[in-house]
Parts: sequence; C-alpha cells; structure tokens
Amino acid sequence: MGLMDMFQKATNSTKIKCKKCGNEETAYNLTQNLYICPNCGYYYRLGARDRIELTADKKSFTEIDTGLVSKDFLEFPNYADKLEKAKASTKEDDAVVCGKAAIGGKEVALFVMDSKFIMASMGSVVGEKITRLFEYATANQLPVIGFTASGGARMQEGIVSLMQMAKVSGAVKQHSNAGLLYITVLTDPTTGGVTASFAMQGDIILAEPKALVGFAGRRVVEQTTKSQLPDNFQSAEFLLHHGFIDAIIPRNELRGTLTQLLTMHGRRDVS
Amino acid sequence: MTAYEKLKTARKSGRPTGGQYVKEIFENPIELHGDRRFGDDLAIYSGLAYLNGEPVTFIAMEKGWDLQSRMERNFGCPKPEGYRKALRLMKQAEKFHRPVICFVDTLGAYPAAEAEERGQGQAIAESIMEMMGLKTPVISVVIGEGGSGGALALASANKVYILENAVYSVISPEGCASILWKESTQENVAKAAECLHITAADMKHFGVAEEIIPESLEHFPEMCKALKMQLAEAVDELMKLSEEEIVQQRYERFRKFGIFEEKSSSKGFFRK
Repeated sequence: MGLMDMFQKATNSTKIKCKKCGNEETAYNLTQNLYICPNCGYYYRLGARDRIELTADKKSFTEIDTGLVSKDFLEFPNYADKLEKAKASTKEDDAVVCGKAAIGGKEVALFVMDSKFIMASMGSVVGEKITRLFEYATANQLPVIGFTASGGARMQEGIVSLMQMAKVSGAVKQHSNAGLLYITVLTDPTTGGVTASFAMQGDIILAEPKALVGFAGRRVVEQTTKSQLPDNFQSAEFLLHHGFIDAIIPRNELRGTLTQLLTMHGRRDVS
Repeated sequence: MTAYEKLKTARKSGRPTGGQYVKEIFENPIELHGDRRFGDDLAIYSGLAYLNGEPVTFIAMEKGWDLQSRMERNFGCPKPEGYRKALRLMKQAEKFHRPVICFVDTLGAYPAAEAEERGQGQAIAESIMEMMGLKTPVISVVIGEGGSGGALALASANKVYILENAVYSVISPEGCASILWKESTQENVAKAAECLHITAADMKHFGVAEEIIPESLEHFPEMCKALKMQLAEAVDELMKLSEEEIVQQRYERFRKFGIFEEKSSSKGFFRK
C-alpha cells in the first residue's frame, strides 16, 4: 500500500509534519496537493506506487518482472536483515518497479525507483529489472520513461553492483540505437552510480524542483577539497545552471510535459 | 595476503603507474591531449602507439611518480574533462578501427565541486554508454586500484585483466566503513575490504576479470612482456570479429552480471 492509499483513507484529523518547515498538514490535503508542502513547497519523496498513480493514465499500468529478489551472496554484514526490513516496510521486492503503462494515451515502458527501499541503491535486482525493461522496450519499439532516485550502487553486493551500471548502459545504448526515446526524471535524491549511468543517459533529462542530484556525496566533496559549498550545490537548479539537465518540471505539470514530449516523438497511441 | 594488505599493496607509492606500463609495453607512444571542450586532464595519459607494430589507442590513468607529478595529475583522480578526453580518443579509435587499451588505476573520480559543476556523473555515464556501443575492441587492465564508477568508465571493455595485487571495488573500503560503521578506523577499513570482496581472485570468481596477471614488480620488463603477449593475443582474437560481433560480445559479457533469485512471476497481494 502506498502513502496515497493510506492518506486518502485517513480522516482530516491525521496530521503530517513537513520535514523542511515543520508545518502540519492533514494527510488528505497533502494528497490533494501532490505531496508538496503547501507552506514551504517541499517535495515529499514518493514511493514507486504513488509515483505511478500520479504519472500513468488510470489503470493503465501493468507490472512486469515481478518476483526478482536480492540475495545476500557476499554474506555482507546486516544485508539480509536490511532486505527483510525494506521488504516489510515497503511491501516491494526491491527498489525499482517496472512495467508497461500509458501516459496521456501514449504507450510507454516505465521504471520507477523507490527511495524507501534501502535508499533505492542499485544491486543485481535493480540492474536486471531495468535492463530487462530496456530490452522489452527495444523489442516492442516503446519509449522508456524512468524516474530515478538512488543512493548509488548497492555496496552490499560488492563489485557485482558496480557491473550493473555497465549492464544497464548497454541496454540503454541498444534502445537508443533503435531510434527510441528515453526520458529520465531525476527525483530526490539521485546520486552515485545511478547518476553516473542511466540517470544521465536520457535523450531528455527532467528533474523535480530542488531534487538532489550528484555523483560524489556532499560530505566527501567537503572533506576532499576542504571547501565551502553553496547551499544549492547539487540541486536540480544547480544542474540546470551548469547545463546538465533539460528542464525542471513542477510535479503538477509533469504528466502534461511527458505527454507533450511523447506526442512530439510520434509513438503510437493506445486506443 | 588479506584484502586489506592487497589494498595497501595496490596503493603503495613506487608501484609502477599507468605511463610506465604504456612505455614498457608499446612502441613509440605519442601523447594526445585535451577533451576539445574544456581542458586537458593529466590524470589521463592517452594517445597512440604500436603494439607489435600495429597501431593502438592507449588510455592510462596516471597517478604520478613523485610529489610534483602527483599534484599535476591529481593523484590519478580524473575530472570530467579527463573522461571526455578518453571518450574522444575512443571514438577516434572506432573511426579508424584501432583497438583501445586502457590501464585503470584510480582511487575514484575526483570528488570536488568543480568536477560536479562540470558534470562528473554525466561524463562517466556517457563514457560507459558509449563504450558499450563501441565498434572497436577495448581491453582494460586494472593495474592498481579500480575505484568505483570512475574506474568502470574506462573498463566497460570486451576483456578485463587484473594484476595479482590490484583491487577493484564498488566503493572505497574507507567510504564503506564510514557509511556502515561511522568511523573509518584501520580496523573498520580492513573489515570493509574483506566484506566488499575486492581482490583479483574475487574478480576472477565473479567473472569481472577474465585473467589475473601474475605480478613480479622487481622484474618489471619481463612481467610487462607477458602482459604484452596477453594483450596482443586478445587484440588478435577480437579484431577477427565483425563490428557487430564486437559490440555483441561486450553486451553479453556485462549482461550476465547479477546474482538474484527469481520466484515465479507472482503478483503480490498489494497489486491490483
């Protein structure tokens, strides 16, 4: 169950406190406002199911490649435990949900990363599911829309997690070579190995306002160079200024923007 | 040797650096500079040379050999312009259907504000994606440290070799220790190195490296001779493939990575 289901069922008396400004808002109002704090404009992070509900046409989403689960093959300290807890709290198998959907009537292959699952770190399952999605999209001549959020590669899977970057990139390249459209939407936070691979490989790269997007962590940068960093360092606005993303799109306009971009790339309609 | 001892060995000052391998293995190297966009990153030493009389493009991470050269070369931590220079030369190699040989030795891509401003993530992402589609053979040799995405950016190759005491890791053991156990004490770093499985034997085990190159640094020329033979053999083998086959072989090489369990594609209770 996503936040959305929970909130919509909640009565107006359930209050949610904004992480940024502390403003308390009823759950119901928050869903109506697309999980944006009405007081300070803070964008709540969305789970994959909520994101799909906000993005895809009603009842158009069909999930594919379910049932892939991570293995603690390195017997890495606490990994098995972390996986169990993440599965229990999110009710997801891993950190990405993939499927077929329609957006504004346009058929797409869609992946949505879920930062609530071990900060959507990329291990074998995430890499495999996204790779399969691109292969599916290439075979079926579909555009790919990808919502990224990630702390980076999943270190609990060691070098195998690093290899996922190249694996997914290979599938993105083949999809691109087939003349198909790939749009990424960078959401808070997109960092590390995901930034350094498929997040930055879109034909068109969009971002949510103020999303944190970067390669190296802020703390590492500060320690390495002993420098003071501006407040907006690695924000979507910072990336836009430096020329690394195409546009920042507010949450309420995203469906419209995606629909227009898909239309402009002339892919077939879903009747 | 423990993983931690390997890590220390891989980083030891005095260990041969990228440029030394280039000069020992190839004939007549000519350095080619610059990314044509912003600048020239000396953490990447790259250019053209002969391998047994046949032209190749070489791209080596260079940590430097004394204080001054280490400073100039940013201790082998490439900036975006370094990756863009490397990619420029790889695309050039593709145009002339020359093999590309990369030497990987970095703590990681340079984690600095200037690098983030110039798109470190984008530069690595582009390098990996373009390498995955490169229609000419690429062979990478991890000679010291293979630090994370910054190493993979030069190792999305048809074949990867790793030196006996080199390491390759998704994150530095220091970084891992500080995330998991808050402090990167020596003990924690050693434990992280163990947990992450970073040794050459681990790479062979997971198929991340095709071969382990035996090390005898005190007999550097002889060791390089053996490596040269290995490289020449690999080049011969790969140059027999068509452009399409070269790309396909690389795709399949990386496609197989992933260890997970696949339950029957069941629909969970929470799905409509």
